[in-house]
Amino acid sequence: MNDVAIIGVGLHPFGRFGDKSAIDMGADAVRAALADAGITWNQVQFGFGGSFEVDNPDAVTSRLGLTGIPFMDVYNGCATAATALQLTAEGIRSGQYDFGVAVGMDKHGHGAFTSDPVDYAAPAWYGEIGHFLTTKFFAMKINRYMHDHGISHETLAKVAAKGYRNGVLNPNAFRRKEIPEEQILSSRMLNYPLTQYMFCSPDEGAAAVVMCRADLAKQYTSTPIYLRASTLRTRRYGAFEVHASWAAVEQDDAPTVYASKAAYEMAGIGPEDVDVIQLQDTDAGAEVIHMAENGFCKDGEQERLIAEGATEIGGPLPVNTDGGLIANGEPIGASGLRQVHELVLQLRGQAGDRQVPGDPRVGYAQLYGAPGTAGVSILSR
Amino acid sequence: MAQVAFAPDVFTWPSEEPRLIGGRCTKCDSVTFPRPSSCARCGSPEVDEHLLPRRGTLWTFTTQGFLPKEPYAGGETQETFRPFGVGLVQLGDEVRVEARLTESDPERLAIDMEVELVIVPFRTDEDGTEVLTFAFQPVSERGA
Repeated sequence: MNDVAIIGVGLHPFGRFGDKSAIDMGADAVRAALADAGITWNQVQFGFGGSFEVDNPDAVTSRLGLTGIPFMDVYNGCATAATALQLTAEGIRSGQYDFGVAVGMDKHGHGAFTSDPVDYAAPAWYGEIGHFLTTKFFAMKINRYMHDHGISHETLAKVAAKGYRNGVLNPNAFRRKEIPEEQILSSRMLNYPLTQYMFCSPDEGAAAVVMCRADLAKQYTSTPIYLRASTLRTRRYGAFEVHASWAAVEQDDAPTVYASKAAYEMAGIGPEDVDVIQLQDTDAGAEVIHMAENGFCKDGEQERLIAEGATEIGGPLPVNTDGGLIANGEPIGASGLRQVHELVLQLRGQAGDRQVPGDPRVGYAQLYGAPGTAGVSILSR
Repeated sequence: MAQVAFAPDVFTWPSEEPRLIGGRCTKCDSVTFPRPSSCARCGSPEVDEHLLPRRGTLWTFTTQGFLPKEPYAGGETQETFRPFGVGLVQLGDEVRVEARLTESDPERLAIDMEVELVIVPFRTDEDGTEVLTFAFQPVSERGA
């Protein structure tokens, strides 16, 4: 088994870009990642492309050069990008290839995502009566969590405010304006207890990562970042999950908990070793819950940690240093590769105004989404 | 005015004491809602019809504050839409089900409060037919 190094990352800014296609954004992200790696498209031996809106992300090859390489398209809900990352890494780990690209791209319309509930193993009426909404699930999950673990509405507002504040420092972010906590709390209640400014928005963007066999990496960069673990897990019976008309009384942990434990084990690294954290913050409540599900604190400790500023860029647990989904929005196929892009910049010391101090060495990224799929990646210098 | 359930196999109707129609796996006994074609725990295709308890407790809740996109078929417009409550209701020790709540004010809802099943109007079609759906209402509302 070969180790895997990330030698290049590239990002097309997240936001709204008029007529520009997702494919063109994806091509821009790949070009940026190739330039960052110092290799050419002709050296790339295979790729995985992830998207929700684009049936065939491999059309990106027509913008980069039709070299005939195997290029596989993946869609796996909000964990799409983690899937593309993991499969590309596996292609190198197995010894089949030396150089590969993972790219994600999307271009969503406005408003909450929708689809056909029948495709999620839910009955058709589940959508007709107005239950087929991810936002409602996240709201119900955090409402119970707040009740059980003493998390306040103010803490949710602090999480969202941090996201926007970090977005100001990120030139690629969609939302680049601070929003005060009071304004977040008093904005329109979309799904109690979550207000409009506590949610991320679907938007547009692309991100790409160039990976290679670890023993080749030093030829291309003085600071290769090693992909120490990448794991995916689906929900087990007993987990309370999105897009389900029922839940079991007998409870089991969320898929993130299993993906996280497996990733720590694979990397031989524990949560105490992590210096920079990227969590799925579809909404402010999800960031709070995911802090505990990924082992960074116990349930309920978030109330104190967030009040103390622990998750700020200068804190001991910096979370979503680039503004996360709240400031960047969520182009589904690209979102997880944006997380990796940010971690790579942070671990190289290239994150500029939002650089985490203290020479961070280990980064952690988690994705979660419909219909109950989680992905975790651990990176280190 | 004619009244019809939005689907025939979700709750017993017409009925003085309507019940949600779930499924119980004959192999592992797990209860789900609605009755599935196979069991989510063990995969067995042998899932019997099982009527669920009418009363339960509110395990968690939220409000739906914006008009859902299609496939939502409530018939409202942006102008006529009124937020509604949604809860996950624990029915005994059998199962938790997602359902609309008759109460949409979060201040009047509380986790673990007692709720019971009611059948309520969902929308009125052009021909005047009233389409019904299931919901849970706080038990304390009855005497109010």
